[in-house]
Amino acid sequence: MMPSRIAGVIKRMHLGRRAVIAFPLVWLTLFFLLPFALVLKISLSESAIAIPPYGPLVEYADQTLNIFLNLGNYLFLLSDSLYVAAYWGSIKTAFVATSVCLLIGYPMAYAMARAPGRWQLVLLLLVMLPSWTSFLIRVYAWMGILSNSGLINNLLLGLGVIDSPLRMMNTQFSVIVGIVYAYLPFMVLPLYAHLTRLDNSLLEAASDLGSRKINTFLKVTLPLSMGGIIAGSMLVFIPAVGEFVIPELLGGPDTLMIGKVLWEEFFLNRDWPVASALAMVMLLLLLIPIVWFHRYQSRELEE
Amino acid sequence: MMRSRRRPSFTTVMLVLGLLFLYLPMVVLVVYSFNESRLVTVWAGFSTQWYGELFRDQQILSAVWTSLEIAFFAASMAVCLGTVAAFVMTRYGHFRGKTALSSMVTAPLVMPEVITGLSLLLLFVQMAQLIGWPADRGMATIWIAHTTFCSAYVAVVVAARLREVDRSIEEAAMDLGSPPVKTFFFVTLPVISPALAAGWLLAFTLSLDDLVIASFVSGPGANTLPMVVFSSVRMGVSPKINALATLIILTVALATLLAWYFMRRSEAKRLAAIQQGEGA
Repeated sequence: MMPSRIAGVIKRMHLGRRAVIAFPLVWLTLFFLLPFALVLKISLSESAIAIPPYGPLVEYADQTLNIFLNLGNYLFLLSDSLYVAAYWGSIKTAFVATSVCLLIGYPMAYAMARAPGRWQLVLLLLVMLPSWTSFLIRVYAWMGILSNSGLINNLLLGLGVIDSPLRMMNTQFSVIVGIVYAYLPFMVLPLYAHLTRLDNSLLEAASDLGSRKINTFLKVTLPLSMGGIIAGSMLVFIPAVGEFVIPELLGGPDTLMIGKVLWEEFFLNRDWPVASALAMVMLLLLLIPIVWFHRYQSRELEE
Repeated sequence: MMRSRRRPSFTTVMLVLGLLFLYLPMVVLVVYSFNESRLVTVWAGFSTQWYGELFRDQQILSAVWTSLEIAFFAASMAVCLGTVAAFVMTRYGHFRGKTALSSMVTAPLVMPEVITGLSLLLLFVQMAQLIGWPADRGMATIWIAHTTFCSAYVAVVVAARLREVDRSIEEAAMDLGSPPVKTFFFVTLPVISPALAAGWLLAFTLSLDDLVIASFVSGPGANTLPMVVFSSVRMGVSPKINALATLIILTVALATLLAWYFMRRSEAKRLAAIQQGEGA
């Protein structure tokens, strides 16, 4: 082959390679990254009665270029205790729900990983199946169970355990139950993936060397499943902070969460700049957990 | 024997309790879909009238169709996009933009839906102002939004499979002069096809299920099933929704059973092939 032809082939391969890389890179830049820049932009603009309901950031009029950078939306968030309370409420609720998920999910994943081989697939499918049905309907199920005239109260009243219905619906409790119920499979899955990979000979070695069960768990199993704990916790915590459906359907006036506040600011008040500022602050708060998750996940992806 | 009387371990008990926790609410949903009373919490006798009402509800039926259509096209596009992203990340070594790509692939997995929905809506509004498209938001904008977040899930599923696959076959094909494109379609793709199917199904269910993102990017024209269910559920418990829930649970359970059957059969075949190989 002549050198020029080889060069041509290599050049074409490089072109093809670039095109292949560009396809997902361009799509995601356009529809994932760029939108965040717009959120930032609109969070800095002023609310206006117009379509779309915000003022321009840059205006060219009378031969002068005017740039309006308006931090008012952010200051507004700080000045109103509602927003601060909503952020705090979201983080608190998500944290408690994540901890409960971990406490239930870890033993479940452990038992699955220790189950006989032919059972493991069945158990895995059983844990995942609910998450393939419908999120909305699974949250809805709890409305019929927890409400004042719901299943639990009817049962307890019928048995004579209580005289008046317990108020469970529209409380912090119902929101946490909803989050744990909806997100539990996402905690179990990565934990199971890590625990099955655990080398059994390590546990045998520990027990041969006289380590007690609890000690083996704390010093061998737990550290080796840390990746699963981080992934599972982030898969629950981050979406839970921004959760809208669960506080909307199961929550009440005392369960302020930021996802719901943002939704109302956008759809009811039609204040797009404040909604954007709320989203930016939420993103900022979640940046550390997201980066943490990403670092763990990209190690998994690339190896 | 001692063994059979042994107390089940703590983790086994937790697994059983956890599964009960996951399934009891769904059982309750199914049972009350056959309740005659409108009040979901009082049992008034067996009836299938709510299924009849469900099938007469034009709004729900057309929403089901809209959702299926969007989910089909979003899942298909997400498989293309996600597979290419996974391939690039696992096979291409280092290139400029790799960190950016891997960040953009994993971030949608955990991004709160309200942020994704809001940001995409702002993009579509801005695009409409600058280039005149999309003039009306609806199925096309929901399709783009769903494709974007579903492709992240597909990429993770496919990348996991690509890492397991023996690369020496691909390398052998290339050494024998097969161009990269041909190698991908005739060597790599057949091996990872189970992951593509799994990724497609996952994307399909994710798209069918999404309420928040679709609510942001949809216009007055398109109502997906979750949007219709949500506006009904907001008013309180309704037996018609229970009937719908029962049908959804039944469909997913049947599909899972089918998937399990095929996975078990292919596993049995593989084991038989190994045993035969050992015997020879």
